[in-house]
Amino acid sequence: MYEFSYKNVDSVSAAVEAMQAADDGKFLAGGQTMLPTMKHRLASPSDIIDLGGIDELKGISVNAGTVTIGAMTTHGEVAASADVQNAIPALAKLAGNIGDPAVRNRGTIGGSIANNDPAADYPSAVIALGATVKTNQREIAGDDFFTGMFETALAEDEIIVSVSFPVAESAAYMKFENPASRYAIVGVFVAKTGGSVRVAVTGATPCAHRALRIEEALNGELNSAAVDAAEIPVEKMNSDIHASAEYRAHLVKVMAKRAVEACV
Amino acid sequence: MMNISMTVNGSPVSGEVESRTLLVHFLREQLRLTGTHVGCDTSQCGACVIHVNGKSVKSCTMLAVQADGAEVTTIEGLADGAELHPMQQAFMDDHGLQCGFCTPGMIMSALDIVNRNGNDLDEETVRKELEGNICRCTGYHNIVKSVQAGAKAMGGNS
Ligand code: FES
Ligand code: FES
Repeated sequence: MYEFSYKNVDSVSAAVEAMQAADDGKFLAGGQTMLPTMKHRLASPSDIIDLGGIDELKGISVNAGTVTIGAMTTHGEVAASADVQNAIPALAKLAGNIGDPAVRNRGTIGGSIANNDPAADYPSAVIALGATVKTNQREIAGDDFFTGMFETALAEDEIIVSVSFPVAESAAYMKFENPASRYAIVGVFVAKTGGSVRVAVTGATPCAHRALRIEEALNGELNSAAVDAAEIPVEKMNSDIHASAEYRAHLVKVMAKRAVEACV
Repeated sequence: MMNISMTVNGSPVSGEVESRTLLVHFLREQLRLTGTHVGCDTSQCGACVIHVNGKSVKSCTMLAVQADGAEVTTIEGLADGAELHPMQQAFMDDHGLQCGFCTPGMIMSALDIVNRNGNDLDEETVRKELEGNICRCTGYHNIVKSVQAGAKAMGGNS
């Protein structure tokens, strides 16, 4: 890892100031992706601005049918939260299957979605549940947040404050995971709210996205057999040492069916 | 260089580190607490697991400066003089190790498992919870047995 200048701040405004003063700064959340990336010298920021000391970014609250999770809340805290388990059990379960226990004790929801790894779990929940990402500047709809591989709608000096998830009638996440990293080779999140069923897919393509073809096939019903009618475009799938494009396209349907069944 | 101080195994320590110094390197190279191991550079093996403020973390994936002011426990902090911690004793009794390289991390993770899941652990729970710890010798079978026995012994009924 190359040397950098480390700044520990205790407020969002101090973090923004530090970022604006930095040459090539990066915010550090839980560090479970950032630090390995820096160790491998794939990133070498001039400044690291540690968000770990900002209390206003931590914590979970549930009210009026919405679960709000502070950006610096760890996966372990989300998984263990009785409030999240009651309101959106699928979200608690998703958090409890990211990485391993020690990684979950450091990794955060804000870090995960800001990084937008193509195989990360959280983006699928943000999209399928129709969450809203609150930053220090604005509110961004979950549908508009993830813009490409490792790309988001965030500006350089914009900090995620919290993510608000509307409580769904039923929801489930199913992932086919890489046995070493626990990242999703394909993960599908299904959420039913009111008359509509929303489906989001992660791991399959360069960026998590809504699976409109599957939604159309389901047509608002939690009927797993209906998934078969959806055409999954093989040419859009990732292909790598873990799985071919054809295999991923197949897994999208299998995971979608399992998630629909788990919803019922 | 930055000055940091923290509590390690109950004693206050301080030192001067670069921003990029990993917590595991601070522990091993400056404090000479070499029980915490480094087995990979991808945050996967778990040989470096310690507790920071009561929770298991991979000390290879945390900066030393991030632990400024924290309470840290390493494998060296478990035994009471010559008397092993019940979890250490269980690994010894149940042959939970061969070369021992993974053992400090296994034991620190095991204690975190007990903290979160209690003293009566089924095999499935232990196997799932040890996902972040890799052993290249034992085939895990006796590690799982050791963790279950150690957890029981910690609850006072071995
Ligand atoms: S050395 Fe920390 S996980 Fe391998
Ligand atoms: S005992 Fe040798 S690596 Fe586990």
